[in-house]
Amino acid sequence: MSFIRVIRPGLQTTVQDAGRWGWQASGVSVAGAMDLCSLRVANALVGNDARAAALEVTLLGPELEFEDDRFVSMTGARFEVSLNGRPVQGPAVAVAAGSRLQFGTRRSGARAYLAIDGGLAVPEVLGSRATHVVSHLGGFAGRALTAGDRLPLGPASGRTASARHVPGLDVSIDPVAGMRGGHGYLRVLPGPHAEWFDSAAIAALAGVRYEVTSQSNRMGYRLEGPAIPWRRDAEVISSGTTIGALQVPRSGQPILLMSDRQTSGGYPIIATVIVADLCVAGQLAPGDSVEFAACTLDEALLAARAQEKSLLAVEREAQS
Amino acid sequence: VTRTIAAIAEAGDSALVAAFEERVDPAVNDLAVKLARRLHAARLDGIRDIVPAFHTVTVYFDPLVADRRELRAQLTVPLMSDAAVKPGAHHEILVRYEGEDLGEVARITGLSEQQIVEAHTAGTYRVFMLGFLPGFAYMGTLDPRIAVPRRTAPRTRVPAGAVAIAGQQTGIYPMESPGGWHLIGRTNVRPYDPDRDRPFMFSAGDTVRFAAE
Repeated sequence: MSFIRVIRPGLQTTVQDAGRWGWQASGVSVAGAMDLCSLRVANALVGNDARAAALEVTLLGPELEFEDDRFVSMTGARFEVSLNGRPVQGPAVAVAAGSRLQFGTRRSGARAYLAIDGGLAVPEVLGSRATHVVSHLGGFAGRALTAGDRLPLGPASGRTASARHVPGLDVSIDPVAGMRGGHGYLRVLPGPHAEWFDSAAIAALAGVRYEVTSQSNRMGYRLEGPAIPWRRDAEVISSGTTIGALQVPRSGQPILLMSDRQTSGGYPIIATVIVADLCVAGQLAPGDSVEFAACTLDEALLAARAQEKSLLAVEREAQS
Repeated sequence: VTRTIAAIAEAGDSALVAAFEERVDPAVNDLAVKLARRLHAARLDGIRDIVPAFHTVTVYFDPLVADRRELRAQLTVPLMSDAAVKPGAHHEILVRYEGEDLGEVARITGLSEQQIVEAHTAGTYRVFMLGFLPGFAYMGTLDPRIAVPRRTAPRTRVPAGAVAIAGQQTGIYPMESPGGWHLIGRTNVRPYDPDRDRPFMFSAGDTVRFAAE
């Protein structure tokens, strides 16, 4: 088995995959990549299975040393990346044994995905390799990487970099490309607790900017902007939470629930971000702004279908 | 015999929430547990997770695979609220009642520590749902005499196996974590153990009794 060694860990670099589904009834958070589109593209570019684990790099990237030859890909947030001091062009590169891959200045987006041919071979916990830091579950020792960690890699496919074609990515699967200056535009469907709010409050959500505050992480983003009032004053009984849920505590300042959210919550949810826009949501950083717009279920499904079609096209092209 | 049908709410394009009457009540929770079991048994395509809570079942699915109409039909089948349910598992938990907050709970309630232990061990509790942490079961309903609000200052570290109370609920911390409930005891029982055949000890609908060690 070969390893990569962590020279510098970066701000918060974690092992993530498509998430730990199927255990929420036991209180296990789903976790997984914040930007699942970029994770899937990264895996496709190195010929990995879509379920393979990769590194999620947050705001400030790591420096890693490779023990053997590997083909790697980087998607999502744009960083200046160098290999043994030389700038890397493009989303995929061959790394020779003994090389150091170094993330430098971040240009745009919040989270980059580094996929390595063969995937990260940390043990599966409850069917997934995703790290959930809060419950110390999965990933590498249930935590973000620290200097000196050695991450096990799966067997490399042995295919060479030159044999691989890097397809172009449309905006629906490259969320960072579609974001303008740290601003995310997210479509929502009202509910599940729409009756807790005036219809005017839901309408007022459109066209207003909320700021992603510094109290934001993989569990959720605390937003700051016009307060959303409750129509009735009573507790909501705890119930299952969903990713993209815009929950409104009594203060009226909404919280957007993300990958590491607790499985249950007791705040009313005014609206929920549609699946096709969750990848954009995953690329928001503190200081960015976000805007919501109501859409219909048909529009949401159309967007989800188009996104899936683009992802499948990349997966097919990368294999050929 | 009352036939009860859940109300369905959309939670975005990849989840539906089936809700029964909005209250914390074993009979209502029973409907949620029953509905969740039914749905598991139906084995519909594209379902990612089925999560019963106090009065709801949230169903998570792949919007491009799942048949929403079929799913809605399954969620709105009338349930008999008095029908014999396959009972959940029963657990007897041994506790050393020496929690750090036993004195404070005594002060708040005006009961002696012994009376608090007697009240806690007298009840048969229902697991309403799991949440907060892997394996954490929300159990109720507590004797109102020992129902105390959460601590005003949550602890940054509560040890695994801590037996705690808050409001009309009780629970066992499955792992070391921050926590705001009052700690009344410790147990060797591990609600979550990844190396066990069944990693999670509790499921919604189970019953639990505590006994002093």
